[in-house]
Amino acid sequence: MYAFNYHRPDSVSAAAAILAKGGDAKLLAGGQTLIPAMKLRLASPGEIIDLGRVSELTGISTEGKVLVIGAMTPHAMVAGSPAVKSAVPALAELAHMIGDPAVRARGTIGGSIANNDPAADYPAACLGLGATIVTNKQEIAADAFFKGIFETALGDGEIITKVKFPAPEKAAYAKFPNPASRFALVGVFIAKTGSGVRVAVTGAGSNGVFRVPALEAALAKSFTPEAIAGVKVGSDGLNSDIHADAAYRAHLIGVMAKRAVAAAH
Amino acid sequence: MPDGSRSGAEYSLRIRVNGTDHAVSLDPRVTLLDFLRERLHLTGTKKGCNFGECGACTLHLDGRRVNACMVLAVQADGREVTTIEGLAEADRLHPVQQAFIDADGFQCGFCTPGQVMSAVACIAEGHAGSDAEIREWMSGNLCRCSAYPQIVDAVRAAAAAMAGKG
Repeated sequence: MYAFNYHRPDSVSAAAAILAKGGDAKLLAGGQTLIPAMKLRLASPGEIIDLGRVSELTGISTEGKVLVIGAMTPHAMVAGSPAVKSAVPALAELAHMIGDPAVRARGTIGGSIANNDPAADYPAACLGLGATIVTNKQEIAADAFFKGIFETALGDGEIITKVKFPAPEKAAYAKFPNPASRFALVGVFIAKTGSGVRVAVTGAGSNGVFRVPALEAALAKSFTPEAIAGVKVGSDGLNSDIHADAAYRAHLIGVMAKRAVAAAH
Repeated sequence: MPDGSRSGAEYSLRIRVNGTDHAVSLDPRVTLLDFLRERLHLTGTKKGCNFGECGACTLHLDGRRVNACMVLAVQADGREVTTIEGLAEADRLHPVQQAFIDADGFQCGFCTPGQVMSAVACIAEGHAGSDAEIREWMSGNLCRCSAYPQIVDAVRAAAAAMAGKG
């Protein structure tokens, strides 16, 4: 790990002030990706801004039919939250499927979506539920937020403060995990809302999380596993690696989508 | 590459480890794992993969199990750490430690401190209700000797013994 200067602000505004000075600064959330990446020298920030003591960034609340989760809320808290289980149970279930208990104790929702790992789980929930990512500068719809692998719409000096999830009529997340890392080989988040059905896929796309319009259209007509049994998902643009080739991932999207529809609640 | 603006300055911090306060000055690059092993010479917490995959460095930070290799020591400033060295009371082993011995829950023993710290948390969290639940909630701790069945036996037995004690 290369040397860095360490900062530990206690408010978003103080963090933003340090970030605004530039100097190749990076925000440290739960550190479950950034710290290993720094050890590997894949990341070598000059300034580390630790958000661990910015208490305003942690917490879960509901505003009417919208679930609001602070950016520094760890996965374990989301997985165990009565408010999440009541408003969007699929989101609590997804948080429980991330990594292992030790990782869930440290890793955060804001860190996950800012990193936008192509096999991470939260991007599928954000895109599938049509979430809004709130930063210290603006609100960004999930549809415009995820820009490709490890790339987001976040600009310089921008800090995610919370994520707003509108409660769906029903939803579920079905994941085919890598058995060692629990990262998604394919994960499919499906949400049925008053305005239609959204299907978001993580782990499969070579450009990160994406929606599947053909599945959404079929499920809008009939929200049943049978309705998508005949929908062919192509393998164009899907990942091939030692774990699964593109054709297999395409097949898994169909299988996981059917499981998610059957499990939706 | 690092440039001249990186001061390499040390940071003063205070960490309570197994009930004892330690005030130290550290390069912020030092992980909690390296701090414990190399500064405090508490070598019970093992360095396996050093990338959060194996669980050998599992300890409790403010009562929650974490991988010490993925926490900077400066992040633990003002926090409370419990390591494997902090479990026993004088010469009486913690019930989970005793259960691992009784159940033959290890061969080489390298992963065992992490397994035990994870198991203590697993039981405290209420996740030892069935063998399947124990396997799921111990899944972050790898054992290359593959003592998994005996580890499940140990966690089940320890949970029962601790519940019996009320």
